[in-house]
Amino acid sequence: MAHFAVNAAADSLSNAKPKMDIKDVSFFYNENKALKNISLPLYEQRVTALIGPSGCGKSTLLRILNRIYELYPGQRAEGVITLDGENILDPKLDANLLRSKVGMVFQKPTPFPMTIYDNIAFGVRLYMKPSRAEMDQIVESSLTRTALWNEVKDRLHTSALGLSGGQQQRLCIARTVAIKPEVVLFDEPTSALDPISTAKIEELIDELKRDFTIVIVTHNMQQAARVADQTAFMYLGDLIEAGPTTSMFSNPKDNRTLDYITGRFG
Amino acid sequence: MDNSLYQRRRLRNRFHLTMSVLTAAFGLCWLVFILAMLLIKGLGGLNLAVFTQMTPPPGSDGGLLNAIVGSLILTFLGVAIGTPLAILAGTYMAEYGRYSKLTNIVRFINDILLSAPSIVIGLFVYGIMVRPMGYFSGLAGSVALAILVVPVVVRTTEDMLLLVPNQMREAAAALGAPRWTVIRYVSYRAAKTGIITGILLAIARISGETAPLLFTALNNQFWSTNILGPMPSLPVVIFQFALSPYEDWQRLAWTGALLITVAVLTLSILARVLVSRKES
Repeated sequence: MAHFAVNAAADSLSNAKPKMDIKDVSFFYNENKALKNISLPLYEQRVTALIGPSGCGKSTLLRILNRIYELYPGQRAEGVITLDGENILDPKLDANLLRSKVGMVFQKPTPFPMTIYDNIAFGVRLYMKPSRAEMDQIVESSLTRTALWNEVKDRLHTSALGLSGGQQQRLCIARTVAIKPEVVLFDEPTSALDPISTAKIEELIDELKRDFTIVIVTHNMQQAARVADQTAFMYLGDLIEAGPTTSMFSNPKDNRTLDYITGRFG
Repeated sequence: MDNSLYQRRRLRNRFHLTMSVLTAAFGLCWLVFILAMLLIKGLGGLNLAVFTQMTPPPGSDGGLLNAIVGSLILTFLGVAIGTPLAILAGTYMAEYGRYSKLTNIVRFINDILLSAPSIVIGLFVYGIMVRPMGYFSGLAGSVALAILVVPVVVRTTEDMLLLVPNQMREAAAALGAPRWTVIRYVSYRAAKTGIITGILLAIARISGETAPLLFTALNNQFWSTNILGPMPSLPVVIFQFALSPYEDWQRLAWTGALLITVAVLTLSILARVLVSRKES
């Protein structure tokens, strides 16, 4: 049996409210069915980790949740995903409006080629017309939230490209939380970072779940065990099993899950 | 080890090395020759009068002021007309229409335009502007130059925008930014130096063009800033003066050639510096 340091502070899922609900969702790259009838609830104030070997569809599933896949032709989702009861896959729902509620942080840090300040202001200005002082306030509070304020407060007006990888990633998180989404999606947020930066991001995720519903795709099972309340294991486009992280890692129901978490493949 | 085999390979290597060095030197020789000739023949005529006086009738003193100013106006207008069109077209190809068939067609046509002989473009503008309007004009010249600017800038704009990582666009879209906002604040910013380099190269390309101006802007011996009338330009003045039997005209032609070369060289160096700074 696999032994993992499972997040001791993990909240149980029993009294958690589903924020989003994925119901019978399939996904196609042209004719190629990449996801097969996935159903999974995502709980408010909880972290859900999607794990599985490369190509299993975990990132694909994440990219449906804010409809970012729509930027590319030939990609199509079927089924229903609700956010507070409303179907977000309904084409009548404006994708940009959805993305203001469902934020996303990517694998590689993606600071925009502008100043640190403007990186945060960019998103805020899409929804608000704050005064200079209010904007300063928003920038400071989101940077404080991501534990970046002390490191960058003296160079807010220099290029964000001068930050280290870990700092850039925290800036991207700050930029995402600055527009006050309800759900935050993380697509392997630490796979390009060193262990210390990784630890900081994990702490941050733990802290952010007090306000957000969080979904994280990770290649790193220890990371899933550390940060997630719920873990879902995917394989070849199927959702094999999902449940409280503790029981997933200590007592997996499916043999493929067991093989994966014990490192027999992946 | 077979020593003779090794020796033979060494000799062959020597031979090819020598050949490539020689041919490279041969090519460079001509370039140095051209530049040296320009300097020798052009520097002699370079004086203040070149920049302060108009092109003279044969046998009297004069300069190239009207031609220089004419060239500046024509080039500026050509770029001003061509660049916005080209940047928008390049933006369509790299951003909105990246996956559409139209983009492939546009790219193909643009590549043809890129290598179209400039005299054809001059004739075309003569046909659509000069003939119907009934007179030669600086405006027609600028339009001809603009048509030369467009393919260069379309190409560089598209290439530079394609270099912007898609993740950057996704990150901006994930914040809920509409397409145009993403392009304007993220893609353009990331591709800025590349696009500016393309514009500089286009300027360098058109500032020496003679053929498209011959039957559009024509020439003008006098000071003229009226774009609706014939306008002088350095390349056309060089063309006319260099072919003339008058020695003082020939001297001015050399000086003009030197001025254009220096200007183009400066622009190319500037473009290189911009690119290398971006890479570092």
